[in-house]
Amino acid sequence: MSGASITAAGAAAPAYRGTGSLRRERRWALIGAYIALAVFVIFFITPPFHMLVTSLKSSAEIADLSSNPWIVKRPTLSNYWELLTQGNYLIHFRNSLIVTLSVVAITMVVSTVAAFALARMRFWGSAVLATGVFLTYLVPETLLFIPLFQILGGIGLYNNLISMILIYPTLTVPFCTWIMIGYFSSIPRELDEAALIDGANHFQMLWKIFVPVALPGILAAMIFAFTVSWAQFLYPMAFLVSSENMVLTVGIVSDLIRADTFVWGKIMAGALMAAAPPLLVYAFLMDYYIAGLTAGATKG
Amino acid sequence: MADGKTLAADRLSDTAATPRRGSTLTRLARRRSTLAFLMTLPLLAIIGGLVAYPFAYAIYLSMLNKRMTRFIGLDNFSFLLTRETFQAVIWQSVLFAVGAVIAKALIGFILAHVLHALPTRGQRMWRGLLLVPWVIPPAISTLAWWWLFDPSYSAFNWALSAIAVPPVAWLGEPGWARFSVILVNVWYGAPFFMIMYLAALKSVPDQLYEAAAIDGASGIQKLRYVTVPMMKNIIMITILFSLIVTFANFDIVRILTNGGPQDKTHIFGTYAFQVGIQSGDLPLGSAVSLFMFPILAVFSIFVLRDVTKRNKELAG
Repeated sequence: MSGASITAAGAAAPAYRGTGSLRRERRWALIGAYIALAVFVIFFITPPFHMLVTSLKSSAEIADLSSNPWIVKRPTLSNYWELLTQGNYLIHFRNSLIVTLSVVAITMVVSTVAAFALARMRFWGSAVLATGVFLTYLVPETLLFIPLFQILGGIGLYNNLISMILIYPTLTVPFCTWIMIGYFSSIPRELDEAALIDGANHFQMLWKIFVPVALPGILAAMIFAFTVSWAQFLYPMAFLVSSENMVLTVGIVSDLIRADTFVWGKIMAGALMAAAPPLLVYAFLMDYYIAGLTAGATKG
Repeated sequence: MADGKTLAADRLSDTAATPRRGSTLTRLARRRSTLAFLMTLPLLAIIGGLVAYPFAYAIYLSMLNKRMTRFIGLDNFSFLLTRETFQAVIWQSVLFAVGAVIAKALIGFILAHVLHALPTRGQRMWRGLLLVPWVIPPAISTLAWWWLFDPSYSAFNWALSAIAVPPVAWLGEPGWARFSVILVNVWYGAPFFMIMYLAALKSVPDQLYEAAAIDGASGIQKLRYVTVPMMKNIIMITILFSLIVTFANFDIVRILTNGGPQDKTHIFGTYAFQVGIQSGDLPLGSAVSLFMFPILAVFSIFVLRDVTKRNKELAG
């Protein structure tokens, strides 16, 4: 399509015809772009949309095979109401919040301090360590959960939320440190020198200069830690057994699927409310996150 | 790595201790490298205690018998390799990872180009919509897919019946079940490729396209000789990274099929869970998951090459 227009322009055509065909080409490209967009947006939005529709239906309407599954005739909030007033849903929500907030706090302290040391205070082995941090991705959770099962059982933390707070940082700290090293390295050294002349020690330098300057990076790292901890499924699946200790990702499945009765309306309502916190975070902070995530990759 | 660090710190403390004894501690504490080491200590503790140690423990565990009373060497590994189910698991994991990553990379590439072509005003909104699958925790969104694939209430089958297509056993028939788990993984992962490629596209300088246009390059030629070479690095890193993550996936298969029908959708993660936790054979389970390691190591050698390059750039 564009090849044709360029040969047309190349065949000594008047300038205005060249621009005309370019504009037309652009318009067709744009129309094609919107068609592709529409197709993929439908593909991407279908499951959450169906989730919403189902969550608004009563069990009777869901069970009615003759009704259209894509629309809701008599919307009801009873699924949401029942989840919030009876059962363990709120406990799971609270557990998810406790674990996630603790993990974000631990991650940020550990990775900011470590990244500062690795980016600025070069010492023997610091380059190896910076690479080694990345290597932890070679040992994924699916490889670690069995030995951890044994280790946590040995120290009496099986079926305990504290074990989640202990283990999740292995998923968040390496990548957050990695993001922070990138951000800290881009801060000009003149700033450090100015701070040192003014008599600041290393911690003051980190807290008063590096943290404020690298705030977008810190925010990106925080969102990453939040997303990963909120979404973690394998560890709670393997290590938490009693319902009142569960987090949302496993709690919904284990509480609402008893034997062979699937309460789909409630499952979907619970899933939607569990997806809400990350959706809200992204709605407001998406730009920071994407900038932080892609900065490291495009630099290389 | 951790040993090297302590060694270094010891050596430093030795040299600091010999000349003046009085203020050794304060001098040591003031040393930059000591401080830096202390600051990385929590990171080292997490990596050493919760990644390196369990990994070593997994290797030890995999060489025990089921009751963990006797050392049996590599018997677990050789036993697994003779099992047909496990041979199928290897093949299924490769199919799952490679199939999903190719589809994700293609869709991500197309979407990044499409978004890049849009006027900047509408771009943000569309990008937000397209990121939704990646924002919802996969363990949560897979529940919605599971419901969409339900044998009797499948909303997809309802839509298909409207155009007179017979219902599909999405999770009941091995071929369709494999397709379904890959589809859900593609749905979840494609937006990540999209934003990585979009960032890469935005970093290609416009002058290069202008120069190519002056030289009479067609759209396809621009793509082949300007865009792809400029994006090569990021394409490679994203694909390799995604291969590692997809290969080690657990959530989607566990929720959708739990390995069924007839173990035809098991991948390493879910099979290790079934063998190790559900059947209670921890040694055999850790042997299953350790099979992932050499494959991941090969992937990561390539990633590592790029990563060390970046480290050198940052250091220099």
